[in-house]
Amino acid sequence: MLELKNLCYTVDGKEIIKNISATFDDGFIAITGPNGGGKSTLAKLIAGIYTPTSGQILLNGEDITNMSITERAKKGISYAFQQPVKFKGLTVKDLLTLAAGKDTSVNDACNILSEVGLCARDYINREVNGSLSGGELKRIEIAMIIARETAISIFDEPEAGIDLWSFKSLNKVFEKMHDKINGTILIISHQERILNTADRIVVLKNGELINDGSRDEVLPKLLEGTEANINTGSCSVLQD
Amino acid sequence: MNTIEKNLLKEVADIHETPEGAYNIRANGKLDSRNTTANIDIVTKEDKSGIDIIIKPGTKHESVHIPVIISETGLKDLVYNDFYIGEDADVVIVAGCGIHNCGDQESAHDGIHSFHLAKNARVKYIEKHYGAGDGLGKNVMNPTTIIELSEGSYLEMETTQIKGIDSTHRVTKGTLADNATLVIHEKIMTHGEQQATTDFTVDLNGVDSSANVVSRSVAKEKSFQKFVSTINGNAKCNGHTECDAIIMDEAVVTAIPELTAANIDASLIHEAAIGKIAGEQLVKLMTLGLSEAEAEEQIINGFLK
Repeated sequence: MLELKNLCYTVDGKEIIKNISATFDDGFIAITGPNGGGKSTLAKLIAGIYTPTSGQILLNGEDITNMSITERAKKGISYAFQQPVKFKGLTVKDLLTLAAGKDTSVNDACNILSEVGLCARDYINREVNGSLSGGELKRIEIAMIIARETAISIFDEPEAGIDLWSFKSLNKVFEKMHDKINGTILIISHQERILNTADRIVVLKNGELINDGSRDEVLPKLLEGTEANINTGSCSVLQD
Repeated sequence: MNTIEKNLLKEVADIHETPEGAYNIRANGKLDSRNTTANIDIVTKEDKSGIDIIIKPGTKHESVHIPVIISETGLKDLVYNDFYIGEDADVVIVAGCGIHNCGDQESAHDGIHSFHLAKNARVKYIEKHYGAGDGLGKNVMNPTTIIELSEGSYLEMETTQIKGIDSTHRVTKGTLADNATLVIHEKIMTHGEQQATTDFTVDLNGVDSSANVVSRSVAKEKSFQKFVSTINGNAKCNGHTECDAIIMDEAVVTAIPELTAANIDASLIHEAAIGKIAGEQLVKLMTLGLSEAEAEEQIINGFLK
């Protein structure tokens, strides 16, 4: 269980996150809202990449606000970046091994890669560098989170760039993960098809939490566009 | 051979016991042991220090190991090794130098290796430099490699210097005839106050000759590296040189490309990238549970793999 208490984050006098309080229990929670609303910042505050200006973050009752990225990772927080990082020289197998925290057998790696729709034989020894496409890097990023098997998994726009792979498969990944770990899966997304599978939807706009409820409560309002105006503006949100 | 010497051999030539095939092991300036095969002859030079390695035309799937090890402090060793590779031969040559200096005097090994490849010969040349020892004496290596590639021949050179060499000035010169190919992969890691200079000059004289010179390096602490890469395109040819370096602490890296196209059909490219480890790489590995130091180690090991 993850708790945010009066979380604030200000950079150069600009309030990016404004007094957010929420409790995330086990389940499948989507975080949505317009671009620039603070979704990725919130994910980075949870993962420890940013330090909040004020407020608290608790993991299973323990205050982790001042813990490092490494400590939080060890306590069971995983974070799949929106923009996967490239590494000259490190292979897919190297990263899966580091993610799992133990030597990953070819068989284990193969199972994980096939979950994200990649053929292990072709990828396991590939370097995670610029020779891989954006979609391939994104799927490898997701595979690392699968390998970690942690209680809290945060995905930052996992659907971006996976055009060659179906949403159905991506949803299967989340379902399987949830069945296996029974943890909290937080997904930042604009996609209706992702929001449609969530148990709960949280809406962030201008750094504030403006709506938080079950899918059935929140999604219809979002689709009408009355709530967060997320289907106006620069991005084609909630559209396939 | 004592344990220190055996360990040096293992580091530079991956040799545990007696190697297979042809070999010549030089220890502390003297011949330690040698083996020749029906196709590969090794002959001691009479006019100066060093050996001639003669590989018969058509020799396939054979290897030659010629490691040099130095475990006496203050020893300065200079050798000339000439390789003659016959037509259509396809061989692996493993050279390397290991110095273990526990004394307070400078130990040095200067090797001058000349490769003469006949028509359509192929060589994979692996060279490792390694230094150890906790004395005050410096480990110095100045290898020179001269490569002459005849028509259609191919040489791939893998050169690695990961640890313990205080000062190195590597000079590599290649001359290529028609359809010849030269590939060089250099890996260097320096630390402390080490100095490493590498100087590549490739003359692409033959039609459709090509060269690819790639250096990956990591410079730590107060070390200094200089990478000079000169490619002269004198015919219809392809040349590519790349320097990719990670700097850390107070290290300094200089990359100097010099491309000269003296033929309208010469195509030459240089790429150089020098910078610290990307912060996002460290952060990504930390989100997998690694400490910052562990993340750094993984990134460097991968980069130099």
